[in-house]
Amino acid sequence: MKKKARPDLSAACAGIKSPNPFWLASSPPSNSAAQVMRAFEYGWGGVVWKTLGQDPPVVNVTSRYGACDFGGRKVAGFNNIELISDRPLAVNLKEILAVKKRFPDRAVVASLMVPCERKAWHDIVKKVLDAGCDGIELNFGCPHGMTERGMGAAVGQVPQYVKMVTEFVKEKSSVPVLVKLTPNVADIRPPARAAKAGGADGVSLINTINSLMGVDVETLTPKFAVAGKAAHGGYCGPAVKPIALHMVAAIANDPQTRSLPISGIGGISNWSDAVEFMLLGASNVQLCTAVMHHGFRIIEDLNAGLEGWMRRKGFMTLGRFVGRSAPDIVEWKDLDLRHKTVASIDKNKCIGCDVCYAACNDAAHQCIAIDRKGGNRKPHVIESDCVGCNLCSLVCPVDNCIAMKEVPGKEH
Amino acid sequence: MTPSTTKRVWRDNFAELKKPLFREDARVESFRCLYCYDAPCVKACPTRIDIPRFIRQIATDDPLGAGETILEANALGHSCARVCPVEALCEGACVYRDKPVPIGRLQRWATDAVHATGELPFEPGADNGRRVAVVGAGPAGVACAVYLRRLGYAVTLFEKRELPGGLNTFGVAEYKMDSRTSLDELELLFQLGCSLVKGCEIGKDLRADAVLADFDAVFLGIGLARARRLDIPGENLTGVMNALTFIEKVKGRDAKLCGSSKATVVIGGGNTAIDACTHSKRTGARDVTLAYRRGPADMSAYDFEIALAKADGVSLLTNAAPVRVLGKSRVEGVEFAPTKVVAGEVVADAGRRFTLPCDRVIKAIGQETERSIPIQFGVAIDANGAVKVDAKTLRTSKTKVFAGGDAVNGGKEVVNAAADGKRAAWGIHRMLHPGAKPGPRNEYWVSTIEGRAVAPIVNPMGSWS
Repeated sequence: MKKKARPDLSAACAGIKSPNPFWLASSPPSNSAAQVMRAFEYGWGGVVWKTLGQDPPVVNVTSRYGACDFGGRKVAGFNNIELISDRPLAVNLKEILAVKKRFPDRAVVASLMVPCERKAWHDIVKKVLDAGCDGIELNFGCPHGMTERGMGAAVGQVPQYVKMVTEFVKEKSSVPVLVKLTPNVADIRPPARAAKAGGADGVSLINTINSLMGVDVETLTPKFAVAGKAAHGGYCGPAVKPIALHMVAAIANDPQTRSLPISGIGGISNWSDAVEFMLLGASNVQLCTAVMHHGFRIIEDLNAGLEGWMRRKGFMTLGRFVGRSAPDIVEWKDLDLRHKTVASIDKNKCIGCDVCYAACNDAAHQCIAIDRKGGNRKPHVIESDCVGCNLCSLVCPVDNCIAMKEVPGKEH
Repeated sequence: MTPSTTKRVWRDNFAELKKPLFREDARVESFRCLYCYDAPCVKACPTRIDIPRFIRQIATDDPLGAGETILEANALGHSCARVCPVEALCEGACVYRDKPVPIGRLQRWATDAVHATGELPFEPGADNGRRVAVVGAGPAGVACAVYLRRLGYAVTLFEKRELPGGLNTFGVAEYKMDSRTSLDELELLFQLGCSLVKGCEIGKDLRADAVLADFDAVFLGIGLARARRLDIPGENLTGVMNALTFIEKVKGRDAKLCGSSKATVVIGGGNTAIDACTHSKRTGARDVTLAYRRGPADMSAYDFEIALAKADGVSLLTNAAPVRVLGKSRVEGVEFAPTKVVAGEVVADAGRRFTLPCDRVIKAIGQETERSIPIQFGVAIDANGAVKVDAKTLRTSKTKVFAGGDAVNGGKEVVNAAADGKRAAWGIHRMLHPGAKPGPRNEYWVSTIEGRAVAPIVNPMGSWS
């Protein structure tokens, strides 16, 4: 059998190279050398270290994390109110140096957050450069805690601050600088433009979303509270992926930031999630929640899944597909009004749950009917009434049972 | 099968086959339910429990709400969760053919939650001044009593035994449900305020005409109290017994009462015959043979029940008709004739005979109505002794007498009896209060009698396009 060439998974985001596109996001899993080295042993391509700040280190609260489950599955969405690294800066710098020495081929990026003063940024940039990091990520994204001290998302929400601080860092940095953006804005494009204007080499997004995880209906107190009180935290995990994809695509398609490298973040749990981010313009991806749920070992199926997909698709390098789907994200007004599909139910696959019937009848366009003769439960589509909304195919529990088939449309 | 010599072995042999779900399983399994529209499982349930609704209530962390949904439609939902042949009913109708949602076990999860509170989710109706007698405190009678109480009737149950529950208490395979569970269920239901007269047999302790005179209506839930006979020589030898008598003894969990056996022959081909076999095995009988006069395909026992007996090491002997029980004073064996089934009739081979040595014979060839009771009440019965009723109201040939359960259907499941009791309660109410509407407190369970109608697509505004 002819030996097939293996796709090359190596990535370069804003010039920061890694053997594969999977980085640990700046987060609890990237808190220490012990963790990062273990992650690298498993095969992770890079790490963005848990955000470093000025000494004395912050003090964190207990508890710190919360999650919401859905459909019986744990951690559909995740939330944290943890602040930046609570370890002394010198300890983190020493560990970064040790990690970089032992894993010279992996990307080690220092995430930074200090007050908006030129000197503060210059000082810390110098320190992390001395520690040998391959890149710097500016944490303008954390929505909780640090914002009350004028940092994190408090910076990311004001484009002129984004530009100003990026400039501070670029004045001293000899390594690529990524600006991590907060999604807690009305439009993600202005802060991205500001980052570019400040000289950023790329942006990473999204950071977490403002969130409150709920109220315990038995005790009437907030869920995941700290001594009975809760503060809003940062939301992430599988539930936020569509929000993140939207923002990545918005930056990738914005004429002013089109060439700006993107490190994609937000609810990535598996290889195909990662591919979606890359198809919309991310040069690499960062993960946290999936690791917090399942540990570092998931890198094995991330790499294998990506490689298998690239081989099937004939992509030998990441560059062949990064951004490939972004041009298909357009404004609503540019959608084709003549395009028309109708639902088509495969009677052989249908199990007769009639979930599609209830959904269409109660919530969509009343165009699914059931001929109940002879105890039949299998529904059929009234094509003349079907608007092609997709709802039936979305709720159908059987894969490929309801297809949306294209039919001739009309001019409007 | 471990011989049942010690208490521990006894306990193990009759441990519940279907264990309660763990909380985590209940979560995962409840989320598997697709919440089918006009769900087939509901139609497969004689009491029309809204299964997708109660499962969704479990999934959404409202087990008590789920329990209420169940008990509204089926007063005996707690025992049905354990004893229903779900494979042939709700779970057999699940759209997940290969691995149905475990409806029975989820139902148990919910009713166990209700039982843990010790409170029924509903109250008796306002006293309407009328009195109803329920003859027989088995599943049909109890269900009827519960719904009558909810409608505001004063209800008196007359039970010939010292304990209520009928087959639920005395006849259910011990590894499905023990007597204690049945009695706990009744205790909770009787919170509604039913008066129970125990040890009272119609015709002996109480005259039917006195009941008719004293009460505004009567419900006969008398079951099938009489065991059929083989009518062959040797039937009266020591060691020949009826299956239900034997099972009742086993359920008493007294090893001495159950007796011992090296070789037992069980005669019959239904689910009770299976129970007799497994209970023999599990109380230490070394060899147990189920003997049935027709072919294996004709056995009325469910496949999963037959599989259970086989797994217990029971031998199946089919196409064998018993012609004589052998022995002097005690059973020593059974003589059989090989049979063929010709045009639906069993034809014994006249010439050939063979003998199966045994020391115990258990007859599980069916039960019949105790005909004297319907006769005393003056209601019509059919040739088989089943009480004749109007299918919609369950009224008998006598205006104020209603009937349901095994006495009417000839012997079905607990859930059928429960459905009958509910239907008859509404039938009695409609007789005593013509044209009555259920009212908000009873609307839901009444709607489950015929099953709730599915709304077709109707746009009252007409088409806008």
